Amino acid sequence: MNKDRFYLLCEKFFADDISQDEKVELDGYLKNYSVLNEEFIEQKRIKEVLSEMKLKNRSGEFWDGYWTSIYNKIERGFAWVAISVGAIILLGFAAYQAIENFLADTATPQFIKFGITALVIGILILAVSILREKAVAYKKDKYKEIKR
Amino acid sequence: MDADSKNIFEALVKAIMKRAYYTALGLMGCHDMAMELSQEAFLRAYKHFDRFDQSKNFFTWYYKFLKNLCLNAIQDKKNKKESFLESVSQESLSVDPVVAFDGSELKFMLEDSLMKLSIDDREIITLREFEGMNYKEIADLLSVPIGTVMSRLYFARKKLSDMMKSLVKN
Repeated sequence: MNKDRFYLLCEKFFADDISQDEKVELDGYLKNYSVLNEEFIEQKRIKEVLSEMKLKNRSGEFWDGYWTSIYNKIERGFAWVAISVGAIILLGFAAYQAIENFLADTATPQFIKFGITALVIGILILAVSILREKAVAYKKDKYKEIKR
Repeated sequence: MDADSKNIFEALVKAIMKRAYYTALGLMGCHDMAMELSQEAFLRAYKHFDRFDQSKNFFTWYYKFLKNLCLNAIQDKKNKKESFLESVSQESLSVDPVVAFDGSELKFMLEDSLMKLSIDDREIITLREFEGMNYKEIADLLSVPIGTVMSRLYFARKKLSDMMKSLVKN
């Protein structure tokens, strides 16, 4: 008994793609092996159940809105990139100006200047370190497409 | 992306969006997730559209994004349970082929059983039984031989039948 052949014949039968010779072969399996006959009946039943069901239909309005929604998301994606780039440039420039003015201010005591400079440098190193770690992990992770 | 590519992308999306949504619905069993994931997969496809070989089937290429997103979402296990099937005919089934259940009971049993299957089994049943794809199309989509599609389908239906039987017993 070649079970793989039997599965193939069953599928061909269900797909209405079975030749006369194959039908005779399938009938032979069903006649000679009661286990396969039971399996075949079971498959036929579940096929009937599945054919009685379909995925819930959606209205015309749903499909009209589907592409519009994708288009809006694409457009907004560009908008967010532009906003982010602009914000980074402006905030970077503002931070640079603030630090420059702060260091040029003679009224602030030296130890305060030193403390704040150390704090800013620490934050920068921390940010670079986290970004580098993320980048290395992303490159090495072969399952990166799958969230855990 | 230039205007021509955008127009091509739009036409391709419109050509496969129904299949994309319904495949996601079959895999996830939830309208909101199907909508979100099928659209997110289109956004990813858009980002990488320059890598798409236009002589190939767009749905086959797109499906890899969709399946990855669905696998991620399934792992998150945050899916809301909701009804996603309906009867083909409006009349309730008087005699269910498996056991005597009415249409709505059968529908819930089938939904429950489908969602208990592995994603691979649910995928093959969705593509064949609900999306009506032929063996060759499924084989191309999943990059497996046609014989594998046939045996996977056979065993997926068998598991589905076993699931439904155990629900009946319970």
